[in-house]
Amino acid sequence: MLGGTPAHARPLLGDLPGELSGFLAVEGRVFFSDARFPGQKAEGLVASVVAEPEWYLDWDGGNQAVLFVPFARGESDDPKRSHVDIRELNYLRVGEGWELRAGIAKVFWGVTESAHLVDIISQDDAVEDVDGEDKLGQPMIHLTVPRDLGTLHAFVLPGFRERTFPGRRGRLRPAIEYDTDEAEFEAAWEQWNVDFAARWTMTLAAWDLGLSHFYGTGRDPRFRVRVRGEEPVTAANALARLRLAPVYDLVHQTGIDLQYTGDNILLKLEAIGREGQGSYRAVAAAGFEYTFYALFGSDADVGVLSEFLYDSFAAPDLPGLDGLPPAGVPPQAIESDPRLTLDAPPSPFEHDVFAGFRLTLNDVQSTVLLAGAIVDVEDGSRFWTVEASRRIGDRYKLSVDVRLFDGFARDSFFSSIEKDDFVQVQFARYF
Amino acid sequence: MRIIAQPRAIAVAAFTAIATALLGTSLAQTPEEKGLQIVVEADRRDLGWGDWTAQMKMVLANQHGDTSERQLRMQSLENPDPKDGDKTMIVFDHPRDVKGTALLTYTHILTPDDQWLFLPALKRVKRISSSNKSGSFMGSEFAYEDFSSQEVAKYTYKWLRDEACGDLPCFVVERYPQYENSGYSRQIVWIDQAEYRVQRVDFYDRKDSLLKKLTMSDYRRYLDKYWRAHDLFMVNEQTGKSTRLTWEDYAFGTGLQERDFTTESLKRAR
Repeated sequence: MLGGTPAHARPLLGDLPGELSGFLAVEGRVFFSDARFPGQKAEGLVASVVAEPEWYLDWDGGNQAVLFVPFARGESDDPKRSHVDIRELNYLRVGEGWELRAGIAKVFWGVTESAHLVDIISQDDAVEDVDGEDKLGQPMIHLTVPRDLGTLHAFVLPGFRERTFPGRRGRLRPAIEYDTDEAEFEAAWEQWNVDFAARWTMTLAAWDLGLSHFYGTGRDPRFRVRVRGEEPVTAANALARLRLAPVYDLVHQTGIDLQYTGDNILLKLEAIGREGQGSYRAVAAAGFEYTFYALFGSDADVGVLSEFLYDSFAAPDLPGLDGLPPAGVPPQAIESDPRLTLDAPPSPFEHDVFAGFRLTLNDVQSTVLLAGAIVDVEDGSRFWTVEASRRIGDRYKLSVDVRLFDGFARDSFFSSIEKDDFVQVQFARYF
Repeated sequence: MRIIAQPRAIAVAAFTAIATALLGTSLAQTPEEKGLQIVVEADRRDLGWGDWTAQMKMVLANQHGDTSERQLRMQSLENPDPKDGDKTMIVFDHPRDVKGTALLTYTHILTPDDQWLFLPALKRVKRISSSNKSGSFMGSEFAYEDFSSQEVAKYTYKWLRDEACGDLPCFVVERYPQYENSGYSRQIVWIDQAEYRVQRVDFYDRKDSLLKKLTMSDYRRYLDKYWRAHDLFMVNEQTGKSTRLTWEDYAFGTGLQERDFTTESLKRAR
C-alpha cells in the first residue's frame, strides 16, 4: 500500500512495467593456507562474479504483485560453486484477512544470531557462505492469516531443494568429496515430496513469540560414505574412491523462538525438537545483545552479544583412513560399515558459547562491523568470524568477511576445514 | 507522525478549555499555562487527519559541502486514542543498498515505541529497541526523536515571549522532554500566531549548549485544514553539518487501515 512506484524509479527495461533493482558484485576469497586434499586448487585466491537482479510489479493498489529474483555466481575454480538459482518467482495476493504467496520464495524464522535453528523452510545455499544465511528459492504456497492475537502461517512446500556443497576443487569441504548425485531420500517421491509447515507468531508487549512445526524432508542432511568402482579401497586410493553422500530423512521438527526487547537489552531464545534422524534431538540457542548507544558522545553504537548453544546430538568422528589394510577393503564392507553412516546431521555446536560485538557507526556510509567467536567449551575448538561493510559513494558497497577455524579435534567431522581460514572481499554495485 | 507535528491530547485540551472558561484568559496566567495553551491549540487544529502517505528526500551535507542523498516513502495512521501514539511505516528507496529495508513504529507517548525492522536480503523481521531516541536517522542531522509524533504530553512547556519570525508574528515556547532517553535538555519553538504552525526550532543538548537549528517552510494546506511543511532545513551548530529534508506527494485519506501497519505488511512493503 505504500504509494506505488517511487518517483525516482526509471524504466530501465525499456517499456517493461515494474521496477528493477538489485546488485552486481566482484568478490575475492583468499585462503591463508594451501589446500590439504587432492583435487583442491592449491593456491589461495578464488575470484567470483555475483549478480542478483530483482524485478517487482504490483497492481490493484498493492494487493497483487509479482516478484522475480534470479541469482548467479561464476567462480574461477570450483564448478560446483558456479551456479544459478531462482531465489524468488512468486505471485502475492492480499485479501481481507488473508494473504497468499504462491511460487518460489524465501522465508526466514528466528531471532538468534549465532545459529538459525527454527529456520527450516528455505534450504541453505551452502556454497555461498558458512553462516547459513544464503538460501535457495523454495517452491511454496504460503497462506498468512492475521488475527487479533497473532498471525497464523500455513505452508505447503511441493518440491525439495537439495543443499549445495563444494566440489572436488573447492575449499571448505572434508577430505572425502561430497557427491550430490548419490543423494538419498527417505521420502518415496524423493525430492518431489510435498512438505508441510505451520507457524504462529504473536507480540505481547515487549515479547515476540513464534511457534512452529514442520513435517517433511529435513533440510539438514546426514552423510553416508559411498564407494566408486568395484576394486578394494586402500589407503592410497581411498580419497579418489570414497564419496560423502547426503541422506535426507523425513522429520518432524517443532520450534519455538522468543525475544524480549528492553531499553538496551534484547533477550533471545530459539529451541527445536527434531524426530526422524536417529534418536530425538533437542537443540537450543539462548543469549542476549546489550547495546551502548552514542559511545563517548559520538553517533556510534556498540552492542555486546553472547549466546549459548546446546545440541543433544554429539557428532561422531569419522574413522581415519590410515587404518585401512594394505590389501584394501571391499566396497561393500565400507558401504555397510555402520561407523561410516552418520545417524544424524553433524553439528559443530554441542555445548558452545558465542561471544561477539557489533559496531554501528551510524555514519553517512552506514559502516557496520560484527565480530565474534563460537567456542566449544569442552574441546576448545573455535570458529572466528568478522563481517564488516561500508557504502562507497552512493551506489557501491564494500564488504569484508573473515572466517577462521581453530582447534578442532583431529578426526572430527569439522577438522578438515581447519586449514580453510579465509578473508573475503566483495565490491558490489547496486542499481 | 510527521516531523514536528502539531501535538494532540484531548484530555489536556478539555481541561485547559474548562480552566480558561472558568478563569478567563485575562486573569494572570503563568508562562507554563500559556505555553501549554498554545501547544494544545496547535494540537487541536491538527486532529482528525486519519491517514496519509508521502515521499521524502534528504540531502545530507558535511562541513566540506560533500552531499549524500536519501529517499524514502512513509505512511501514517492516526491513533484516535489520545493516550497513545500513531502508527507509521517507512520504506527506504535510496541509497540502493538499503532499498526495501522497512521500519514499522507504534509510537507511544511516554513509554518507548515498539519498532520492527525488515531486512530484505535475509527476509528477516527484527524487533529492535527504540530507546536510542537521540541517535542519527540514516546518518542525517535528524534524530529518531525528531521524527516521532509530537504528542502534547511528551513535553512540559513554558511561554517565553511573542516575537516576529520572518514576516509572521510568533509565539516563542520552550519545551522540556518528559520521555526517557532524549538527547535534548530543551527546545525553543517558534509557532506562528495565525495558523499555529511550527516555523523554527532550536535544540539544546543535554549540557544545554545549542546543538541544532531547524527551519520549517513551504507550508501547504491539505483537506482545507492540515498544514504540512515541505521543506525542513536542519543545521548542526556544533559540527557545521546540515540536512535538507523535503516532502513530496502528500496524500490524505488514502484508506489505510490497521492491517497495513503489521509485521506482515512490513514484509511485503515495497
